[in-house]
Amino acid sequence: MTNRLNTRFAELSAYNRAGFVAYMMAGDGDSQALLNALPAAGADVIELGMPFTDPMADGPAIQASALRALEAGMTLKGTLAQAAEFRKTDKDTPIVLMGYANPIHHMGWEAFAKAAAKAGVDGLICVDVPPEEDDELRAALGKYSIALIRLATPTTDDKRLATVVANTSGFVYYVSTTGVTGAGSGAVTEVGEAVARVQRASGLPVAVGFGVKEPDQAAAIARTADAVVVGSAIVDAMHSGGVAGAQELVKRLSSAVHAARR
Amino acid sequence: MSEPVSADTRPNALSAWPDARGRFGDYGGRFVAETLMPLILELEEAYETAKADPDFRAEMDLFLKDYVGKPSPIYFAERLTEEFGGAQVWFKRDELNHTGSHKINNCLGQVLLARRMGKTRIIAETGAGQHGVATATVAARFGIPCTVFMGATDVERQAPNVFRMKLLGAEVVPVTSGTGTLKDAMNEALRDWVTNVKDTFYVIGTVAGPHPYPAMVRDFQSIIGREARAQMKERLGRLPDACVACIGGGSNAMGLFHPFIEDEEVRLIGVEAAGEGVETGKHAASLKGGKPGILHGNKTYLLQDDDGQIIDAHSISAGLDYPGIGPEHAFLHDMKRAEYVSATDAEAMEMFQLCTKLEGIIPALEPAHALARVRDLAKELGKDGVILMNMCGRGDKDVPQVARMLGVEL
Repeated sequence: MTNRLNTRFAELSAYNRAGFVAYMMAGDGDSQALLNALPAAGADVIELGMPFTDPMADGPAIQASALRALEAGMTLKGTLAQAAEFRKTDKDTPIVLMGYANPIHHMGWEAFAKAAAKAGVDGLICVDVPPEEDDELRAALGKYSIALIRLATPTTDDKRLATVVANTSGFVYYVSTTGVTGAGSGAVTEVGEAVARVQRASGLPVAVGFGVKEPDQAAAIARTADAVVVGSAIVDAMHSGGVAGAQELVKRLSSAVHAARR
Repeated sequence: MSEPVSADTRPNALSAWPDARGRFGDYGGRFVAETLMPLILELEEAYETAKADPDFRAEMDLFLKDYVGKPSPIYFAERLTEEFGGAQVWFKRDELNHTGSHKINNCLGQVLLARRMGKTRIIAETGAGQHGVATATVAARFGIPCTVFMGATDVERQAPNVFRMKLLGAEVVPVTSGTGTLKDAMNEALRDWVTNVKDTFYVIGTVAGPHPYPAMVRDFQSIIGREARAQMKERLGRLPDACVACIGGGSNAMGLFHPFIEDEEVRLIGVEAAGEGVETGKHAASLKGGKPGILHGNKTYLLQDDDGQIIDAHSISAGLDYPGIGPEHAFLHDMKRAEYVSATDAEAMEMFQLCTKLEGIIPALEPAHALARVRDLAKELGKDGVILMNMCGRGDKDVPQVARMLGVEL
């Protein structure tokens, strides 16, 4: 599958540079403006959060952000519309949607995949659909060339890892710690070993997230990981400092990540 | 739609589900974050092993008898029968169990399983507090630290149970996210579990959640129906015409129904909470007012809006205030093996008082819902009919709330 994700990770690899993945919540504040501004601020890949009422794997920052977005009237269709608007001016930066199964299931797996492809979406992370349950979703996404990105975690042993990386594409998201988003991250050395293990098993780039907040910490992870994901900190910056505040944080984080291997 | 289960893995009998994927027809499954998958698989294996182990069974039976007080009797509610003017009304008295509800049947099983698995910390969610109290009780008995997540709204309306849990040594964590009710407590318990994966066992209180919970909780609660079925045969020489139980997630109903599923002549009737009325939108009737979806680890009927966002349930009864229902109920509903009806807040209040006055039994607000439909059914079936209702909990915990609603200052 050739798409923007593969192209982007190939470019990063050619420059021996780690990528910066910025997570933001669709519908929380002026999210269209932030989305459009992220590539210039240094985001190599964008994770666009689809708000859900019951985000069971998320910590307080993203929970609150999702509820604000829903309160402001954001929907799955609205999220896809923001992606489509972004795609009008940016043809290269990959967009990965991240969220929970029920709104997608409600729209219909295939109807969702079709609409997402039309909006210029490149991948999907569906937090509560593990490999055991993703046959229908995977088939629908495959039909429209959207990458199904799976999560590997500290509880994923070698046997389980084989199941996790089978049929996955784009990249693998390594959750650096057991816990919810925004909680503290795992020790950098352990993360390095885990990243190598997931890279070997999958043959795909590995992005590391959950609990990354500071430029130093992001840079340390960027020395071994193919990309670093920051979510809760950006969501908080957007809430307290608006688009300018979030942009500023993305600039600092992405510069640290991009310079990490020099 | 799911791809069809192949013919050779599809159970023959309605009572033989779930299949190997933890599905009841299209419902159920294991919709959890990857961090939890290894734990769910480990739990499934541990439960299958325990189930086949006579020592586990013997330990369960001993505690059920000496600690819980099993078997609970069946009781002919003669004055309610007269009042309703039709079929005989019988109660399965699971409110007489230690801690005052059916919940302990399941907590005992899961805590004994947690010990076998070497887990050193117990967590649970609770709505009315009955499951929280039962879990805290069994955890106290075995000296295992216990944390109970409870919606902040429920903490307020179920104050006596909160204090009981604290006396039992449990930590009660009020959950303020969402509307601060049962669904939010369950979200928070899942967040705790995903964080404390090594030492913690999550005791889910109803027949919902990822596989194997719906099947496991049903198995532990099936003692209700097994006992009642034998007791009815012994006392009346026949089975009841209908089994009736209230439904939040549906654990007491599933426990009562399951041993009767293959008795085709026995109607199985679940009573959901209609709140202010299903037509008002302020209710907790997932089957009547919901659509299939995915939440808390399983596919089932959910209250949701046009965008697939979960709608908050509404019920006077904290134990029924949940926007979903166990996947096996969704299956029995679609297969038309069980009937699902509802009762409003006002009907539950009326039955709470009527049952107390006529039978000297203060029912919990949850089974008071079931009693409202027993009244209609008694008339429908007439004098020759026999109805078995699970009196799944006693109402002491609801006395302060009922007093408030009746304008009485305690």
